[in-house]
Amino acid sequence: MGIRFILMVNKQGQTRLAQYFEYLTLEERRALEGEIVRKCLARNDQQCSFVEHRNYKIVYRRYASLFFLVGVDNEENELAILEFIHLLVETMDRHFGNVCELDIMFHLEKAHFMLEEMVMNGCIVETSKSNILTPIQLLDKAS
Amino acid sequence: MAGPSLMDSLFQRSLDDLIKGLRLHQPTSESTFISKSLDEIRREIKSTDPQTKSTALQKLNYLHSLHGLDMSWAAFHAIEVISSQNFQQKKVGYLAASLSFHSSTDVILLLTNQLRKDLSSNNVFEVSLALECLSMICTVDLARDLTPEIFTLLGSTKSFIKKKAIATVLRIFEKYPDAVRVCFKRLIENLESNDVGIVSAVMGVFCELALKEPKSYLPLAPEFYRILVDSRNNWVLIKVLKVFSKLAILEPRLAKRVVEPICEHMRRSGAKSLVFECVRTILSSLSEYESALKLAVEKVREFLVDDDPNLKYLGLQALSVVSLKHLWAVLENKDLVIKSLSDDDPNIKLEALQLVMAMVSEDNVHEICKVLISYALKSEPAFCNEILGSILSTCCRNVYEIIIDFDWYVSLLGEISRIPHCQNGEEIEKQLIDIGMRVKDVRSELVRVGRELLIDPALLGNPVIHRILSAAAWVSGEYVELSKNPFELMEALLQPRTILLPPSIRAIYVQSAFKVLIFCLYSYLFPDEAVASSPSLPVDLDPGVTSSISPKEFSESSDVVVTEPLADREMDEGFNPRDISQSLEDVSVGNGGDTVIAHEQTSCSATLKKDYFTQESIVKLLDLVERTLCPLMGTHEVEIQERVGNIRGLTELIKQELPEFLVHKERNVEGVKVKALEIVKLMHDAFLEELGPVSTSAQERVPIPEGLMLMENLGDLEGICGDIQLPIPSQFCFGMPHSGGRESTSLFNQQTDEESETSYECTSLLAEHRKRHGLYYLPSEKLETISNACPPAKDPQQSDDLNDDGQDLVKLTEQSLVPKKKPNRAKPRPVVVKLDEVDGITIAVSKPESKDYLISGAVREVLLGNEVSSAQHKLPDKSSNKRREKDKLDIDQPSDTKENLANVGKSETSTSKKSKHHIPGKERKHKSSRKNADEREDVQKDKTKSGHHNPRHKARQRADDNVDVIAQTPVIPDFLL
Repeated sequence: MGIRFILMVNKQGQTRLAQYFEYLTLEERRALEGEIVRKCLARNDQQCSFVEHRNYKIVYRRYASLFFLVGVDNEENELAILEFIHLLVETMDRHFGNVCELDIMFHLEKAHFMLEEMVMNGCIVETSKSNILTPIQLLDKAS
Repeated sequence: MAGPSLMDSLFQRSLDDLIKGLRLHQPTSESTFISKSLDEIRREIKSTDPQTKSTALQKLNYLHSLHGLDMSWAAFHAIEVISSQNFQQKKVGYLAASLSFHSSTDVILLLTNQLRKDLSSNNVFEVSLALECLSMICTVDLARDLTPEIFTLLGSTKSFIKKKAIATVLRIFEKYPDAVRVCFKRLIENLESNDVGIVSAVMGVFCELALKEPKSYLPLAPEFYRILVDSRNNWVLIKVLKVFSKLAILEPRLAKRVVEPICEHMRRSGAKSLVFECVRTILSSLSEYESALKLAVEKVREFLVDDDPNLKYLGLQALSVVSLKHLWAVLENKDLVIKSLSDDDPNIKLEALQLVMAMVSEDNVHEICKVLISYALKSEPAFCNEILGSILSTCCRNVYEIIIDFDWYVSLLGEISRIPHCQNGEEIEKQLIDIGMRVKDVRSELVRVGRELLIDPALLGNPVIHRILSAAAWVSGEYVELSKNPFELMEALLQPRTILLPPSIRAIYVQSAFKVLIFCLYSYLFPDEAVASSPSLPVDLDPGVTSSISPKEFSESSDVVVTEPLADREMDEGFNPRDISQSLEDVSVGNGGDTVIAHEQTSCSATLKKDYFTQESIVKLLDLVERTLCPLMGTHEVEIQERVGNIRGLTELIKQELPEFLVHKERNVEGVKVKALEIVKLMHDAFLEELGPVSTSAQERVPIPEGLMLMENLGDLEGICGDIQLPIPSQFCFGMPHSGGRESTSLFNQQTDEESETSYECTSLLAEHRKRHGLYYLPSEKLETISNACPPAKDPQQSDDLNDDGQDLVKLTEQSLVPKKKPNRAKPRPVVVKLDEVDGITIAVSKPESKDYLISGAVREVLLGNEVSSAQHKLPDKSSNKRREKDKLDIDQPSDTKENLANVGKSETSTSKKSKHHIPGKERKHKSSRKNADEREDVQKDKTKSGHHNPRHKARQRADDNVDVIAQTPVIPDFLL
């Protein structure tokens, strides 16, 4: 299933966005997030961005105070996922203008909406920034 | 309770208010704020005003996804909000559904009609919301009921919708494989689309499908090939490469075609992700193409020298993919791999370690271990142990396959034991003993290493090393005749700090002390025979080194501990090892040779006899043993107490009779019988004999019936294979009495009498096990009846009754058991381990096959042009009967449309340009694959009737599947380029 989940976590380890593409119970999610965040946040900039955890590969990248963590299955191309994370950040940046943690907190639904445009069922379906943002912009105009 | 009032909707907290509130609160008061908000939400969500309701749900979404609050109770409200006319509200509802619904959410059924409505909406954004939600929460029922809508959307003219429908299809197939028959054709058409988004989505779907079961997608190779050559989108290319990496393994001709385009991408592309994917594809699936492989390895090297830790990590990973088949690729980058061992990143270090271990061969094992040990000393404890663990496991692989110089390896083990943080005590213990038993030539070195461990009192304080010490004690006792200084050994075994050892290991110490004592007495009392019986020492030890070690180390280490109980002046000399070596030297000098010390090192037993075992030293030894062991008589540990009791009995006897013997000896009287002498001789012989069955060389000489004495193995087995193996040991158990009893009855007399009961028990257990897991037993039922019918070998009457049968049966059992056991006898451990592995594999293989079976079956049908009316096809129904009746009316209608649609899809494809690929296959395969499909359906029906637990059906199903595959393979080449 390619991408299994996408997490955004701040430096303190608080989850700012969580999108799962497979069903996990609340307890499982909490445990998983805790373990992953502990593992990834302990690493420094000189270390690589890939961590193996349970049966996932975690690809993560840090932007200022926010960590973007993507859990993928073993077949996935790690570098492509890094590019995907970067694309996601660029897209958000274009929409919010200098995106920061607060933007995501206060516009969680929009962030989900963007993600849904980009990823469906764990597959990346859209990689063009303007295509991703068109529906949201329309929606903003309408409201 | 009053319903939600107007006030509620007027003064409702918005999501922004909630978030601001959460930010204001400290972590301590946060939970009370959340529960207060939750109360509000519960109230507001019941509101009749849709806006109030959706805002409440919006807040709940937020709390659920970021604060882990349960929202399953609001499932019905989510459905209400989804049905809203307002797009914003609908969106909130769909988000709630995709966040919280799952297959066991009961109200999910209420969503079917709303989804259907939104999927056919004119508003593309509504359709998109519904598709996104469906792709997340799809259940079997939803998939079945909404397949027609999805099929329609797959033909949509708007790529915005089409690509989402394509991505959703994957989930639909997973839940409802019959949808493949309806939708697959349209999916294939989209491979030719000009829209990058659509191709990307459709390749994503095929990639997932092909990773699970590649074979079925071989016919699509031409389409994939075109994408590989034409596409300029890296996302798409990566997916296509993944598909080819699976397909190329199956079809060599295809591999030949794709290898050049892949290399082209690798040369030209500037995107590291694409280059890496090419590299990985070539290393994993196309490594037999030499030029491609060389190019890929070049690229890997570029990754390895890059500063980016990500590339370094991936480069190492890529190398480990290829290390099994093409070790040269790793060796070429040896320098970089070894350098990575000291990287900052533990993940990179681990990858590098694995690669280093892959490089180990008998030629370089010394060099590599030396490097690794130096890295281990520098590393933090966790990685240090990782290194030591992999050294140990690599070196003992296949019964020490790569070790040529065991002397070196044994001293390496000694060195490892002394590394601080070493947590591998158990493994080292195992290997020390194992090597001692297997490799005769290394024993003297083993004894030397053991001595060094034993004489160091500091080691006794480290609990991690205790297991290693127990091995050292055992080795020293067992091979004491190779020891250079048994007295010193005795000192070490009895040193006061042994009190720090756990009782089980202390018992081993005491037992070893017993062996040493017997050896010393024997060598003293029977000097001539001692020379004859003890093997001469290998001369390759460096005498200078060893003699210099002993006094130096001792003066440092043992003074601390050993001296305190030595207040007794009389014992001083005998007790302190330093003094012993001192006195020895005196003796040697007294005997008039400066060279004696050197000789003493080289031919031990000869010098031992002459110089060591003087009356004085023996008396001292006895005193020492008595003095240190007597207090242990009072211990509560039975193992220790009993052994100490034995030793004490012996020493007292000797002490009584020694003077008498000495008198005789002085007078050179031959043939004097002294009781103690006989006991010593007896014990010595006993210890010598005991070596037989445990050492390799002795076991090889044992004839087959005796070789079946696998009692040790039974213990091993129980330890190794957790809960299921009760019957497995019994498999060995019933074999033993038969052959042993009939061919060399005397040997097993006692055993079989005692075990007749248990052996019956075992066989019945085995029978039960066979019944339950019949699948895993390859041999016929015959064996089973044998074991049930056959009496325990030593019951004469019964065996007479069944004699005729019995004889044949014994032969049979022998035939079936012996080949299994032969390797078992020579190398007991590896075989035991294998048993375990085989079990694991059968289980692992059987699962995935049955899981993806339905999808791939349907895919093959579609690809090979087989017509199957979906109406006649039985649905894999997991829902309750009640529900099915209710749905029945609904089902009939869609299935009609499905059939129509399927036909439409077919006619469309046959007009499309690529249909030429499919036509030959269609015609040729038509009959046989239809037959297969029918067969499969039968099996499925059987399966559903009998429940999923019958292994026989599973086996049959698998067999059918194989037939299917074999029948189809000849067709596939026709589809190729």
